[in-house]
Amino acid sequence: MSYARITREGLWDNNVVFAQMLALCPTLAVTGSATNGLGMGLATTAVLVISNMLISALRRFISADVRIPVYVVFIATLVTLVDMTLNAWVHDLYKVLGLFIALIVVNCAILGRAESFASKNRVLPSAVDGLMMGLGFTFALTLIGGIREVLGGGTLFSSAHLLLGPSFAFLETTLIADYKGFLLMILPPGGFLVVGFLLAAKRVLDRRLAARAALVPVPAQGA
Amino acid sequence: MNLESLRDKLGYQGALLAVAALVTSAALALASRATAPAIAAAEARDLQQSLAQVLPGRYENDLLKDSLLAPGPEGEVTVYRARRAGKVEAVVFQVTGYGYAGRIVCMMGVDRSGRILGVRVLKHSETPGLGDKIEPAKADWIHRFEGTFLGDPPPEKFAVKKDGGVFDQFAGATITPRAVVKAVKGGLEFFGREKSRLLDESGSRP
Repeated sequence: MSYARITREGLWDNNVVFAQMLALCPTLAVTGSATNGLGMGLATTAVLVISNMLISALRRFISADVRIPVYVVFIATLVTLVDMTLNAWVHDLYKVLGLFIALIVVNCAILGRAESFASKNRVLPSAVDGLMMGLGFTFALTLIGGIREVLGGGTLFSSAHLLLGPSFAFLETTLIADYKGFLLMILPPGGFLVVGFLLAAKRVLDRRLAARAALVPVPAQGA
Repeated sequence: MNLESLRDKLGYQGALLAVAALVTSAALALASRATAPAIAAAEARDLQQSLAQVLPGRYENDLLKDSLLAPGPEGEVTVYRARRAGKVEAVVFQVTGYGYAGRIVCMMGVDRSGRILGVRVLKHSETPGLGDKIEPAKADWIHRFEGTFLGDPPPEKFAVKKDGGVFDQFAGATITPRAVVKAVKGGLEFFGREKSRLLDESGSRP
């Protein structure tokens, strides 16, 4: 599989949330705001890249029959190591991301990539796959979080400076001043609603794109 | 004997699992040992910072080393004591309220006379955009407690306005501020009850 293909799969065609529909539990839980979605996405991306590389490097030694427990143990260890390291040496970042890191352990997207990609491919493509799947996940979470935050509270990227540092405070915008808030969007039902509408929107978009591709005769070779 | 045929053997698989478990636990044990001092230091720094927030002014002693346990509103409470010239000038302790979405842990500082120096929310899971106005980063509400004591406002007025008290509630969220006010009031009552013990210099160990 080419790197362009891997990128496309991770970001759109096979997006963790919108196509594979994996990791919906953390997705629904943390996307109350765009900043939280971004934080969870970035933390997951880091773990996904490392876990994919590790599993890929060890793939010749891992028997097919016992692969699942081995992957689970490796991923859980990896997440715990990241958790302890951040807590010890980047404590301020940990105070913001700590909540998300514990949630990564239960993120089946990571086990899913280990099983369906890293166990069959070389280290470099696996790392790229982890990165792209992670970025696709980040994109999905930030989008869901952004929509819920705007509808629920009228702001976007509030308290981004806590996550990314003071230089990113410009991201924090109030889109609707004096907005009374729409609590439902921030509470769990809002997560289900937004994910549902976005899934439907992606289906419609993909179908339109496919229909257009079928209509156009084939001069686009190699373009 | 090559790896492919070996991989299907039961013994190899058992050994693989054992090695994986051994390697990962060794890695965790090493990492835990390497990070423990740094984590303890970072947490002590956090505690120090939250103590400093509810305790304006300078004190002579290391608060973390001058603490005692007292029977609080619910279970034992660790009380940190701030001294000037050996005399306890203020105490800091945690109180817990029960809000809309679970526990709200607050840290409060009280001076000798029972007047509140400051209150900060350490941990909560209230609804973002509504209940989280108890954080000083989101609103000034929490500063309203500074300078109050049981007497100003009187105990029966130490409540949110909806309950006939003096503290504002938030539009659309009464449960959260009510929980914080109740917890702070409980903290003041605790201070009143245990005052002699908390301020007693003879009870401290050097």
